[in-house]
Amino acid sequence: MAQPKQKFVGRSVLRLEDRPLLTGAGRFAADISFPGQLHMRVVRSAHAHARILAVHTADAAALPGVHAIWTAADVAHIPPIDFRLTKLVGLEPYRQRALATDRLRYVGEPVAAVFAESAYVAEDAAELVQVEVEELAPVLDALQEPQAFADGLRSEPAVVRKGFGDVDAAFRKAHTVVELDLTVGRHSGVPMETRGLIARHDRTRDVLELYGAAKVPHWNRAQIARMLGRALESVQLYEGHVGGGFGVRGELYPEDLLVCAAALKLARPVKWIEDRREHLLATNHSRQQSHRVRAAVDADGRILAIDDEFFTDQGAYLRTHAATVTDLTAAMLPGPYRVPAYRAVGHVRLTNKTPCGTYRAPGRFESTFVRERLVDAIATRLDIDPIELRRRNLITAAEMPYLRTLGTLGTEIELDSGDYAGLLDKTMAHLDWPALQRRLAQRRAADELVGAGLVMFVEKTGLGPRDLARVSVDGDGAVEVVTGAASVGQGVETVIAQICADALGVDYAGIRVVHGQTDRIAFGMGAFASRVTVMTGEATRIAAAKVRARAVEVAAELLQAPPDLLDVVDGRVVRTDAPEGPSISLGEIARTLAASPDGGLCAESWFQTDHMNYPYGVHAAVVAIDRGTGAVTVECYLVAYDIGKAVNPMLVEGQLVGGVLQGLGGSLYEEFRYDERGEPLCVTFADYLLPTAREAPPVDVLISEDAPSPLNPLGLKGAGEGGASAVGAAVAAAIDAALGMPGAVTALPVTPRKMREILRQETL
Amino acid sequence: MLGEYAAEDGRILAGGQSLVPTMAFRLAKPAHLIDINGIAALEKLNVENGSLSIGACVRHAAFHRPALAGPLGALLTTVVHHIAHYPIRLRGTFCGSLAHADPASEWCLVAATVGADITAISTRGTRTIAAADFFAGIMTTALAEDELLARVNLPVLSRDTRFGFCEFSRRAGDYAIAMTLATLRLEGGAIVDPRVGVGGAEAFPRRIPEAEAALAGRAPNEAVLRAAADAAAHAIDPLEDIQADAAYRRDLVRAMTRRALARACA
Ligand SMILES: Cc1cc2nc3c(=O)[nH]c(=O)nc-3n(C[C@H](O)[C@H](O)[C@H](O)COP(=O)(O)OP(=O)(O)OC[C@H]3O[C@@H](n4cnc5c(N)ncnc54)[C@H](O)[C@@H]3O)c2cc1C
Repeated sequence: MAQPKQKFVGRSVLRLEDRPLLTGAGRFAADISFPGQLHMRVVRSAHAHARILAVHTADAAALPGVHAIWTAADVAHIPPIDFRLTKLVGLEPYRQRALATDRLRYVGEPVAAVFAESAYVAEDAAELVQVEVEELAPVLDALQEPQAFADGLRSEPAVVRKGFGDVDAAFRKAHTVVELDLTVGRHSGVPMETRGLIARHDRTRDVLELYGAAKVPHWNRAQIARMLGRALESVQLYEGHVGGGFGVRGELYPEDLLVCAAALKLARPVKWIEDRREHLLATNHSRQQSHRVRAAVDADGRILAIDDEFFTDQGAYLRTHAATVTDLTAAMLPGPYRVPAYRAVGHVRLTNKTPCGTYRAPGRFESTFVRERLVDAIATRLDIDPIELRRRNLITAAEMPYLRTLGTLGTEIELDSGDYAGLLDKTMAHLDWPALQRRLAQRRAADELVGAGLVMFVEKTGLGPRDLARVSVDGDGAVEVVTGAASVGQGVETVIAQICADALGVDYAGIRVVHGQTDRIAFGMGAFASRVTVMTGEATRIAAAKVRARAVEVAAELLQAPPDLLDVVDGRVVRTDAPEGPSISLGEIARTLAASPDGGLCAESWFQTDHMNYPYGVHAAVVAIDRGTGAVTVECYLVAYDIGKAVNPMLVEGQLVGGVLQGLGGSLYEEFRYDERGEPLCVTFADYLLPTAREAPPVDVLISEDAPSPLNPLGLKGAGEGGASAVGAAVAAAIDAALGMPGAVTALPVTPRKMREILRQETL
Repeated sequence: MLGEYAAEDGRILAGGQSLVPTMAFRLAKPAHLIDINGIAALEKLNVENGSLSIGACVRHAAFHRPALAGPLGALLTTVVHHIAHYPIRLRGTFCGSLAHADPASEWCLVAATVGADITAISTRGTRTIAAADFFAGIMTTALAEDELLARVNLPVLSRDTRFGFCEFSRRAGDYAIAMTLATLRLEGGAIVDPRVGVGGAEAFPRRIPEAEAALAGRAPNEAVLRAAADAAAHAIDPLEDIQADAAYRRDLVRAMTRRALARACA
């Protein structure tokens, strides 16, 4: 049989997702309604920390159109929400319940739920629910000594420790020790579509259906079934169009349980659409950390050891991710450098703020900021060019694969492939770095505050352990790929179709890709950790290759031709020696197989892997600072990223540019701030400042494919997060350069007000 | 109608770009809304007796291109692009901005700086309020509950009037954290009739006499502009909020005033 050709993989073909979206046929959560549905409104805590004395619902219940009001007692049978990805033990007492029982621990915490005939009545009624409390002092600073969380429990549920080598010895023999205090602000993913859920109990079939699922439908399905005491097969989740995920959407939240339990109990469909204010209060926050980091280096600036103690402000409860962000921060901090000895101690601390989860590049945005600031500080201290210093410490291509002797997410970190110095060279050439620096120096000489920063990072993508895909061809030749992946808008359908098309020998445009439907496939891991293209992609390729082989086998018989002379081209099995000769379509083959024991022309395949793979990149930013206002303008930005193999370069570029924008948000604009009573100050888009198109700099993207992953035959690595990972680090370095004050930036976001404070120091 | 319903929590609905968001946040819950959209008499935008008359239904977008020749038309066109975003400018009204009286409203700053006359009508009669007497505090004005702000008259600026506007906001389209509008004339190398208005920095926009005094009769050189900017920065009673504390607001007023004056004198 002829080898499959790469006709679609590697090309920037148009997105299959766009036709419905552009023609107004998109179906997002709010578009879904069922006859007779009730609308849920969640009554949320107005207190950062308080003891609940009573919840008065009588006034609200008296409002016409109110069907039911639930408080903690109504959901006492539902256990707290479990963790999805953790090996840590003893964290159970810190989980969140669907409704607060006796304590309120953050502003926005669900206390009661109103179910009414319309969303408006529900909202009116929710305002009438009175929560009587005794206020308690809030904990708002993760650096503060841990407090009592509950009887016998401290507000530090876990301390993550990772490391290798003899750190203390390295510091003893160090030529120089460089130490920094660094902080990253609290911000998060803010998708354009807020969360939305519609639950319905089909009593005829006794199936509980939940619409509005995203990210991890299969895991959530299993949890909902278990928590509500139902058989797995009697719970189905359906993902529609999803207006952005970024890690926060699609996790299992209190509201998911409330709508499901209410649909069962009240025997009516229940719809809940989160409003923006709720979103900013209730959906996972992320990122907030303080680091005390130090490096031991030799006289040439070679890193001997890194020692980092840090504190993650986790918010009020441990949600589905438990300590994932802290774990990833510790695991990914060494980045692309050779670090002989390493110690990270990450304190997971609870505070009276919105609970946190993962946000695009969790632990990497934070640790890249810390590591690259540290590297820049070493360069300054030893008066070595920061790029030269990086070169001296980079792991070389010859050292690959490189075992980090650190683990995370149940895997050993083994950097699978990479030529870090090679990508650095390419980037410098692409930017014409010396010329850029000369231009900037001229502008600085003319009293402008402009500068460039360049930083490096390693990403992690393609998290296993497995994925499943089923490829089938029907009697008309239509191809369907059923996956357990999820789509949050990133182009899953297109990429999977491209991979399937090449492996099978058909056009990508006609392939139907199913994702996020728990009734179509028994297993699915979903969309996170930049895993779908790698994991679902490879499972799809294997299944499609099996279908192709089966088609060729059958065609060989039907066409009376040797299989090694057959190829599948545009959906037909043809002879390679006589392309115009007799051929047979996949549809015809499927029809002949319809009655066979395999049930048609189809195959199902798993892809398993114990390892993640590790793309890497360089970020460079040029910034200008307005002396009078402190405003930082990013004039231009570059991401160079080695992805191993880009299935669709246009989509990779889109992912990277979008990530940069979010990174700029966390570096310059976005921050969830609280006052001294724990009152959140950023609950509208007037106060939580997302960068808009007007703030977006031109972003140049350099995609390289020098280091295909050896872990899958196409060499795939993921693209979802590398655009965000290093933005904080790059912007900080560029600001330092613009100011001519190395180490000026120690905290993100750099707001104009903070910048003005730094500028005042400059003029002193 | 307003006379009838004002006492029962009736409110005018103009462009709805401030009122509707406050209702969405449940901060305003008016019992009655009186929609003035579509009243032809309130859509008038014309020059009469040396002033530009702006009716209650004239939208921000009416100023995207100069509404009249000369410096006033150019000034309004410069300023309008700093108000919110395009779709909001298609709905929001000039008079609504004044009635709403957000401390950071650009039109309020224009009204205060150039000296607008504001006409209020009610069943009790018609009265004209000078801009200097109109603003009373954050989002409070001299309008009575039963009064409709029918039109605003801006004096047409003489041909030789120069202006400069400068605003600072975190993102394009956001409300100003500080802004300055300056108008002046140059006669024989000296600044004449300087007006320096500051907005976004205090409870309401107003002219800053200390800054104007630093300019009047002086040559428009760097030192004079700097002195005026410093005077403005010292004179204000700065608002403090999550974006800016007092010291930072003063810094911004200084920078905005310097730049606005530099533009006016360029
Ligand atoms: C995202 C966003 C950004 C914005 N940014 C800016 C900005 O940068 N600068 C800025 O200046 N504005 C900004 N605005 C506000 C916008 O300009 C509003 O249009 C304006 O403030 C109010 O005008 P309106 O016609 O929409 O008034 P409405 O919202 O209809 O009314 C506002 C208030 O004024 C009263 N009112 C309106 N007209 C009259 C009248 N003729 N007589 C008596 N009372 C009246 C109403 O009863 C109500 O209390 C922004 C708005 C939004 C949504």
